[in-house]
Amino acid sequence: MNLEVPNKYKGLLKSAYTASEGILRPISRKYDVGEHTYPRELDLLAAGLNGMNDASGGAVGGATSKKEEVKKGEVKNGGNMANCLNIQAICYGDVGLLLSFPRQGLGNSAIGAVANPEQLGRFGKLWASMAITEPNVGSDSAAITTSARKDGDYYILNGEKIFVTAGERSDVVVVWATLDKGLGRAAIKSFVVERSNPGMKLERVEKKLGIRASDTAAFVLSDCRVHKSNLLGNPEIDVKKGFAGVMETFDNTRPFVASMALGCTQAALERTRELLKDKLSLTNYKTPINKVKAAEAEFYRMEAEYEAARLLVLRAAWLADNRIPNSMEASICKAKAGRIGTAITLKCVELCSSLGYSYQELLEKWGRDSKILDIFEGTQQIQQLIIGRRLLGKSSSELK
Amino acid sequence: MGIEISSLIGSEQNKKVAKNLTKFNNFLDSNFAKTLKLRKAAENVVYFSAYAGVKVAEKSSKVFSSSASGKQDPARLDSRKASDLFNLNYTEEQTMVKEAVQQFALKVRETAEKQDEKFAVSETIEKEFNELGLVYYQVPESMGGMMKEKSTVTQMMMLETLAHGDLGQALALFTPHSVLNAIVQWGSEAQQKELIPPFLTPTPPKASIALNEPTPLFSPYELSTTAEKSGNGYILNGIKNMVPLAATAEYFLVVATTKDKGPQVFIVDRNSQGLTITADRAMGLNAAQLGQLKLSSVSVDASAVLGGGDGFNYDDYLNYCKLGWCSLAVGCCQAVLDYVIPYANDRIAFGEPISHRQAVAFLIADIKIELDSMRVLTQRAVAKAEQGLTFAKETYLAHIMCSDKSMFIGSTGVQLLGGHGYIRDFPVQRWYRDLRAVSIAVNGVHI
Repeated sequence: MNLEVPNKYKGLLKSAYTASEGILRPISRKYDVGEHTYPRELDLLAAGLNGMNDASGGAVGGATSKKEEVKKGEVKNGGNMANCLNIQAICYGDVGLLLSFPRQGLGNSAIGAVANPEQLGRFGKLWASMAITEPNVGSDSAAITTSARKDGDYYILNGEKIFVTAGERSDVVVVWATLDKGLGRAAIKSFVVERSNPGMKLERVEKKLGIRASDTAAFVLSDCRVHKSNLLGNPEIDVKKGFAGVMETFDNTRPFVASMALGCTQAALERTRELLKDKLSLTNYKTPINKVKAAEAEFYRMEAEYEAARLLVLRAAWLADNRIPNSMEASICKAKAGRIGTAITLKCVELCSSLGYSYQELLEKWGRDSKILDIFEGTQQIQQLIIGRRLLGKSSSELK
Repeated sequence: MGIEISSLIGSEQNKKVAKNLTKFNNFLDSNFAKTLKLRKAAENVVYFSAYAGVKVAEKSSKVFSSSASGKQDPARLDSRKASDLFNLNYTEEQTMVKEAVQQFALKVRETAEKQDEKFAVSETIEKEFNELGLVYYQVPESMGGMMKEKSTVTQMMMLETLAHGDLGQALALFTPHSVLNAIVQWGSEAQQKELIPPFLTPTPPKASIALNEPTPLFSPYELSTTAEKSGNGYILNGIKNMVPLAATAEYFLVVATTKDKGPQVFIVDRNSQGLTITADRAMGLNAAQLGQLKLSSVSVDASAVLGGGDGFNYDDYLNYCKLGWCSLAVGCCQAVLDYVIPYANDRIAFGEPISHRQAVAFLIADIKIELDSMRVLTQRAVAKAEQGLTFAKETYLAHIMCSDKSMFIGSTGVQLLGGHGYIRDFPVQRWYRDLRAVSIAVNGVHI
């Protein structure tokens, strides 16, 4: 048994953290204040990042497509773990900027997971965002109303999509639509829609609490014609499987979102430690917690929570790398990292008083950024539902 | 070994040796010993163990003399070299041991409430536990065990599995093993030669670890128990409480502060003059027979200092104790989770199982999330300790998590059962009482 990060990733991580501190941190406030301004600095970084992806056997934004084989009795530390570590390192710099990295969208993950070779050839190098949420459909993604009607070699899409991360900046949007609302989950398919398609209109870009460097777009699809070769996965409605395919993307990506929370949390903890260094010793690790100063105890408790979340993420990634089903563990790490991310970044603001609240520091920004990580790709409560159903052996109609 | 076997023939002692050997052969015939390929390792120690069993029974005061050939190095276990890869798997051997301990823990569970009320572990349970032969995973090969390298992970797993059965009995059963660990880890050559062999007999000795003191805001770094130098030894004064096996332990590892070397561990015989042992009934852990030791000018030989003052590290000593408690906490909290799941599914309220309500299901999900948090932090600290890496920070953080979350889980377990949770017919009230000890106790376990 060993729970240390393998040495083979140390070099990779060192450069990722260097880039994070040297390039992302200095422009972090600039794009927080300048919401909706495209961070041009990222174009330069993106090239280097692709090199990193090749080295780690996966992509930074979660667009891992290679399914590595695992032999019996063998233990693997592979693409999922490398991704998690990389994502944390970059979010240690800035979460919003990670979400703005060209060609690293959630849509890329979907394409990576379900595209056929021909589609991979066409879309693999593009920047793909993902459009699921609708004004009246959030967590219950099976209830989406955007429709896709077959018309010869084309599908006609109609509906409204919101909260599309990198929607404005991406080349293509992976749109979820239903072939037949009456058939439920199985009828939901994803379509790759080019941004240039005249049937898909950018409605607006949202102003947000945090991750302001990342654009969040809303689209209206009116009789949007999409060629059938742009449908990802099986075009047939398989009532037995159907939805599992699209949800698989999320089993894969929950640890990645948890890693984003880890990066943001790590940044807040380290900065707080730095700011407190003349006031408190924070390296005791032996005096009983009830015998140290309240703020010191608070800090150790936060460190314990952070370390637990970090190890839970590594566990979920390790399971995935070894082809062991990890749906529950993926939800556990997302729930844990989501809840402690918000709690810790906000507590760090408090510990640093009005300095923590001020734009003089980035602590207040991390306090705002972290909140989304307990919401998107499955809220805290959705993770609790998934974990609860698994533990209790309940269906979604029983444990609602 | 320095034992003249021939001198035993025909003596009264030889009869005792023969009796011990018979018991030992019974152990060797057991299926478990065969499964674990223990037989060969165990056979090598038969004579040694049988003899030592006699010797200890006849000895009462603790004076440890170095061997005639002068001071030798004590037997220590090497750090385990781990692969560079992150890996949560147990080895095949660890899995086998876990399954055996799991079977045993089921019986422990059945008797848990009864033993809690009886303030003891039953003889049957004790005998079966000893027959598991777990000591061989603690003792170095050179001393008759099976180990070359440390087995901290294996012991974490043993404690976790035992506590899944019952925390109080787990504590009672594992406390002597913890003393053994401490002697392997810290003992001098003379102490090892005398104290280790009895553990390899079919009737190993009882011994315990006494560190806690009955004072609010207790800190192991501010002990009021003192050890004052006097002639060729020390005079101990102070009070230790919450001590497992206080009623039956032959000797105790008592921590006291010395002027020159800070806290040191003293091996104190239960028959020492000035030592008063009384029962110290508490909220829970009843099967562990908690007691209080009052040391009034207890005189010990200088050789009774664990490790003879060489190479002892109090921080690490404490951390091995804390990790033992973390392992117990993980096992007991897993028991809570495993119990509330079927309960919530079977209990009907408002026309459907209460598990169909988010208010109930989310609490159960939270138990799982926090239990896993406790588990991974404990695993990391233990794995680092086994590999000989620094583990102070990891232990501290694991202990914080286990302290906070085990009480959350203990309390939530009772809450989920409502009124039933408060009744002694159901185990959750016992887990609630037992888990309160996790953030407090440093006594008893050392892995």
